[in-house]
Amino acid sequence: MMASLLIASSMMYPILYCCRQSNPPMPPIISIANLTKSYASGVQALKSTTLAIDRGEIFALLGPNGAGKTTLINIVCGIVTASSGTVAADGHDIVRDYRAARTRIGLVPQELTSDSFETVWATVTFSRGLFGRAPNPTYIAELLRDLSLTEKRDSMIRTLSGGMKRRVMIAKALSHEPRILFLDEPTAGVDVELRRDMWNLVRRLRDRGVTIILTTHYIEEAEEMADRIGVINQGGLILVEEKKELMKKLGKRQLTLHLQQPLTSIPVELAPWSLELKGNGSDLVYTVDGNCNMDISTLLKRMSDSSISIKDLQTHQSSLEDIFVSLVSTRP
Amino acid sequence: MKSSREHVPFNRHGVWAIYKFEIARALRTLVQSLVTPVITTSLYFIVFGAAIGSRMNAVYGVNYAAFIVPGLIMLAVLTESISNASFGIFFPKFVGTIYEVLSAPISAAEIVLAYVGAAASKSIVLGMVILATASLFVPIKIMHPLWMIAFLLMTAVTFSLFGFILGLWAKGWEQLQFIPMLVITPLTFLGGAFYSISMLPAAWRTFSLFNPIVYLISGFRWCFYGAADVSVVMSFCMTVGFLLLCLVIISWIFKTGYGLKN
Repeated sequence: MMASLLIASSMMYPILYCCRQSNPPMPPIISIANLTKSYASGVQALKSTTLAIDRGEIFALLGPNGAGKTTLINIVCGIVTASSGTVAADGHDIVRDYRAARTRIGLVPQELTSDSFETVWATVTFSRGLFGRAPNPTYIAELLRDLSLTEKRDSMIRTLSGGMKRRVMIAKALSHEPRILFLDEPTAGVDVELRRDMWNLVRRLRDRGVTIILTTHYIEEAEEMADRIGVINQGGLILVEEKKELMKKLGKRQLTLHLQQPLTSIPVELAPWSLELKGNGSDLVYTVDGNCNMDISTLLKRMSDSSISIKDLQTHQSSLEDIFVSLVSTRP
Repeated sequence: MKSSREHVPFNRHGVWAIYKFEIARALRTLVQSLVTPVITTSLYFIVFGAAIGSRMNAVYGVNYAAFIVPGLIMLAVLTESISNASFGIFFPKFVGTIYEVLSAPISAAEIVLAYVGAAASKSIVLGMVILATASLFVPIKIMHPLWMIAFLLMTAVTFSLFGFILGLWAKGWEQLQFIPMLVITPLTFLGGAFYSISMLPAAWRTFSLFNPIVYLISGFRWCFYGAADVSVVMSFCMTVGFLLLCLVIISWIFKTGYGLKN
């Protein structure tokens, strides 16, 4: 009996393994196709947008104020009706099959809008019920503990600080155990400690398999947390890229060499590095972009051979903020 | 796209959550939602029933103080239904918490059922409390109790629906007050709460027949004393008609997203 089971399992394993290998990649958890939004006033808040969010990723939507981030989120969550295009959440169309789609989504809006006269416990329980889930006090108690809200569970919301209210908003969004969480400007106006707490929470949620889409104009936040970044400006998605790829492609590293003796021109032997002479000839600037990577040690050796001595050196790596500013300012 | 839709016929937890929330709001503001209307109605009763009523003749053979009781109940149910339901939906719109209801897996019909159901429940309880209060002052008989309950229920639901529409339509507090103050209050006072329209001159009597509230009060009073200004069938049809009209407007609102989305 045992032997036959072993044989059976050893026979099945390769099959399972084989099947797993041949499985097509998981479909995106959110598929947005040709989505547009125009208001009656004629303002086009969202130009034709197509975007796929992968399961379990942290996706950051970056853009200046009024770029269309909140409009995009509000359409996916059912708060605003799209002018055209389709959205599917976990394969469910957000209009035709809105119940299934919305059950999977949790939203933490930008504004701290909660019922001032309710207690924390009541408002979180309300949210769970609203999203069609049966009461589960154990889960709500755990959620409040995760968000350090246990002590405040019987406090009225109006008595809480801004940071605590933000936590309550997150608890409400997570009350129905969604698979997708939208965080619209989650750390706007919160202190450093709470921001760190929130980043940790987002990572923990991701570890549990929740897909997170956050909008922010704090570049630091996207740089710290996101797997992929979408840049949105004037209602149009201008770029979607893996964060690392984006930094590599568009990021610049700069090496500034402060010279002992100023130069009048760049010596011929240093021509291959495309250096720039700055600071009245006393600084040599070497810029390495994503595609070019000339050897720095050779440069330093060649300079030493040419008797150009260095007083000091400085390096600078462009941040996501530099990339973002250049993207948004160069594209009208 | 998944081929089969998940079958969730009715979000009962969602409807119950909103209903409970609205009832809890009323309990939190018990003085405002129950005690105030009872005091107001008692004042009407003291002034029109006891002070002036003692010098009035009986109407349809009914003592004047008892005659005004159905009208007073209707007056309270009407105004409270409108104010409860309009405030219930306007306030989340005003403070922004409506985002949660809009993003929840709950249908328009379920949202209406929850808000309107809660507002109607509250005004029915209020109507019963006023009836109990009035019975302390005058002997009241109810000839058609089942019809009385039907009229009370329909009026509470209809005007809660009306209030819900008002709450969706209103862009600010002024608009929220505007319709009840300028339209509903005059119609209610001219609706025969304190008199029989047969007491009016012929021209005003005809004019009164354009006031839908005349039919509600007349029908409701018939349930008590078996006498009415207009036929009870007509009263019933007018109430159902107004109920249907409110339902049509609400379904249009949700279809277009008017006042909620965009």
